[in-house]
Amino acid sequence: MSFQPVKFYQTGTFTVGNRLLAPEERSVQANLRRTNSLNSGHRACQGCGEALGARYAIDAAMEATQRQLIAANATGCLEVFSTPYPETSWQIPWIHSLFGNAAAVATGIAAAMRVKGREHVRVIAQGGDGGTTDIGFGCLSGMFERNDDVLYICYDNGAYMNTGVQRSSATPPAARTATTMAVGAEPGNVFGQGKDLPAIAMAHRIPYVATATVAELRDLEAKVRRAMEFRGARYIHIFVPCPLGWGHASDQTIRIARLAKETGIFPVFEAENGEVVSASKIRRRLPVEEYLRPQKRFAHLFGKPPRADLIARMQELADRNIRRYGLVDTSGAQR
Amino acid sequence: MRKPFAITLDPGSSLANHTGTWRTLRPEYVDRLPPCNGACPAGENIQGWLYHAESGNYEAAWRLLTQDNPMPAVMGRVCYHPCESSCNRTRLDAAVGINSVERFLGDEAIRHGWHFDKPPASSGKRVLVVGAGPSGLSAAYHLARLGHAVEIHEAGPVAGGMMRFGIPKYRLPREVLEAEVRRILALGVALHLNSKVSSVLESMQRGRFDAAFLAVGAHIAKRAYIPAGSAAKVLDALSVLRSMEGEEKPLLGRRVVVYGGGNTAIDVARTAKRLGAEEAVIVYRRTREKMPAHDFEVEEALQEGVLIKWLSTIRQAGDASITVERMVLDEKGFPQPTGELETLAADSVVLALGQDVDLALLDGVPGLEKKDGAVQVGPDMMTGHPGIFAGGDMVPAERTVTVAIGHGKKAARHIDAWLRGTRYAPPPKHEPATFERLNPWYYSDAPKSVLPTLDVVRRQSTFDEVVKGLDESNALYEARRCLSCGNCFECDNCYGVCPDNAVIKLGPGKRFQFNYDYCKGCGLCVAECPCGAIRMVPEEI
Repeated sequence: MSFQPVKFYQTGTFTVGNRLLAPEERSVQANLRRTNSLNSGHRACQGCGEALGARYAIDAAMEATQRQLIAANATGCLEVFSTPYPETSWQIPWIHSLFGNAAAVATGIAAAMRVKGREHVRVIAQGGDGGTTDIGFGCLSGMFERNDDVLYICYDNGAYMNTGVQRSSATPPAARTATTMAVGAEPGNVFGQGKDLPAIAMAHRIPYVATATVAELRDLEAKVRRAMEFRGARYIHIFVPCPLGWGHASDQTIRIARLAKETGIFPVFEAENGEVVSASKIRRRLPVEEYLRPQKRFAHLFGKPPRADLIARMQELADRNIRRYGLVDTSGAQR
Repeated sequence: MRKPFAITLDPGSSLANHTGTWRTLRPEYVDRLPPCNGACPAGENIQGWLYHAESGNYEAAWRLLTQDNPMPAVMGRVCYHPCESSCNRTRLDAAVGINSVERFLGDEAIRHGWHFDKPPASSGKRVLVVGAGPSGLSAAYHLARLGHAVEIHEAGPVAGGMMRFGIPKYRLPREVLEAEVRRILALGVALHLNSKVSSVLESMQRGRFDAAFLAVGAHIAKRAYIPAGSAAKVLDALSVLRSMEGEEKPLLGRRVVVYGGGNTAIDVARTAKRLGAEEAVIVYRRTREKMPAHDFEVEEALQEGVLIKWLSTIRQAGDASITVERMVLDEKGFPQPTGELETLAADSVVLALGQDVDLALLDGVPGLEKKDGAVQVGPDMMTGHPGIFAGGDMVPAERTVTVAIGHGKKAARHIDAWLRGTRYAPPPKHEPATFERLNPWYYSDAPKSVLPTLDVVRRQSTFDEVVKGLDESNALYEARRCLSCGNCFECDNCYGVCPDNAVIKLGPGKRFQFNYDYCKGCGLCVAECPCGAIRMVPEEI
């Protein structure tokens, strides 16, 4: 595992910083001189998980590349809220082209840098789950297949939020969206559909694939740093709750992400050359209800009577993740 | 605006968009009252000094601690630590070992010879302190630091009061007590030993004192009527403990019965065991749950082989035996006699039934009110007679060393104000930092460190200190278990979790500030603050 937690220092490495740790042991976000790549004044909703995840990831990438970084951005919330003409919140070289071609644009930038002999300038492509798993999927798969020297970061909030919460291929089962209403025998999004993009990326046998959440900053930063140690195609999938689309309070964004991990709904792991090399263990295992209940998009599961059958199917998905990625430490040394 | 090819926007130009206007709730940094501080009878800023101890700055921790309590090495041994009972960490694993860190800091101070800062200027006022027990010493210390000239008059031959004559050596080694007393005296406090004040008004007049603080304690043993044969040996607990300080140890015999259920009863029984008694039996009329003695002391006594006879009273004492009667608790929890008698072998009976105050020095003081054998004081610790204050065991309160030290501090503040012709108004208390205010997810799992204790065989035969202290690494670990309830400890969480980069980090020791131009009021900083040091308040619209 690329990130070694520090224990017994009041909060250890759970918090963003910790005055008791040596400066080099603190996170990028704790540093007064962090880049603030995505600066104040952006128009993301209150408590936006994507805005937070993007600053975490890009600040870490800036730090890891000595600020030699260019980002291509797919259309989506991140692009719309950060760069409404004539303003931008980005403080890095940043380009937006189309919804579906971020991976291709980044590939082009990387090729141009190689031709110019400026290969120390690293390239990131980023987008939401719509631009990644649906619309930009062809370009992304091509980028993986050619092993282009690009880190692709997907901020997964599980639907097209910016256009009014429509279903994407990353929307979880049973979730209500504008296009998967909570009606009928199987309300919300159907079970058994959607794409597991980290697994698809791994199937391309690219050098590095990782998942992370906004609830675990240290782990997220370590993965970005690790990704920058590789050349070739890399993919990081970051779980970013959306207060608007998911229907939770704006101050619950990080807690919801934490619950997704602690229930096993979202497995946090990393893989090199198509093989899982580490998984972030669950600290205190919880049933999926804890994750589902605070979100209005799952409210129909808790009506009268509650849909225990659908909750059980969600639990099965979580249990499968726990089994598959070994998310519960069986050596007894969990936490 | 000419820009290079394909460059359309200036970096960070969104700063023109003040998203703070979206806000309906605003976050504010607050300091809340941690439960430990709230529970401390001496009013220590426990969270505050642990903060310094966490970073290994023990001297700063000690200096902050001693702003409220001049005797941490003593207190770290004898205090019943209500702070730990109220600690929020009990809801996670076990309370922070505040008491043991306090003891460590006190011992460090003695080891390194740290001294109190002298007062900046003299006020020219003179204060008489009667009694060199915890309360009198504490008042003297605080008054001296406020610049007043203090004279302590102590009736006994040494300073310490109940800390010396009521608490056995195995709980408080005398060299520790003496070191902390010496440090208080080094502030310029004059101590007159063997100087009994028989009339406080006379003494004040003779010594031209502007105010007096009375802290003579309570050391007249309460008696109970027990029919006793002429050869029966009946002693009182305080004289037994007091004679332990002299050359001649008390002769208690092989089988000692102690009558009572308070901490003093336990102290005497454990002392008897150490003096060689084969049997030390405590006779108490109620049950263990009702016993006023602290549970850990009962436990330590039982480990050392002290026996306790619950629900029993002494009916009669003979020369080599006593007769006890079994009691039952009625529905109100009061013990009632059953008539069942039993005989216990006993060479001596020690009564530990509580103490009364010797109020003779207050005879003839106008305005002064006495009730139930104690001096009545107002919330400012002043008696009915202006300029005469009182505290410790002689006023109605719980009788512990910590309460006495707290009284001394409180009285000193009011005496200082009174001498200046003003009134001391304590600053308003912060709202409590309850467990519900915390986000305990962020704290590392860290169980409490267990203090090493002396081997039982040695505890039964010697007066060596029973509970040992922490070493430096343990103390640091224990201090770092503090959750810092309600007070920012600069974990950078708010700075990190703000999606709008609207928290300004001011640098080490300076905490943080909100940038209300961009804060949208999402509340993430509040929800993710581990220690509950931020609150949301409605924005005025």
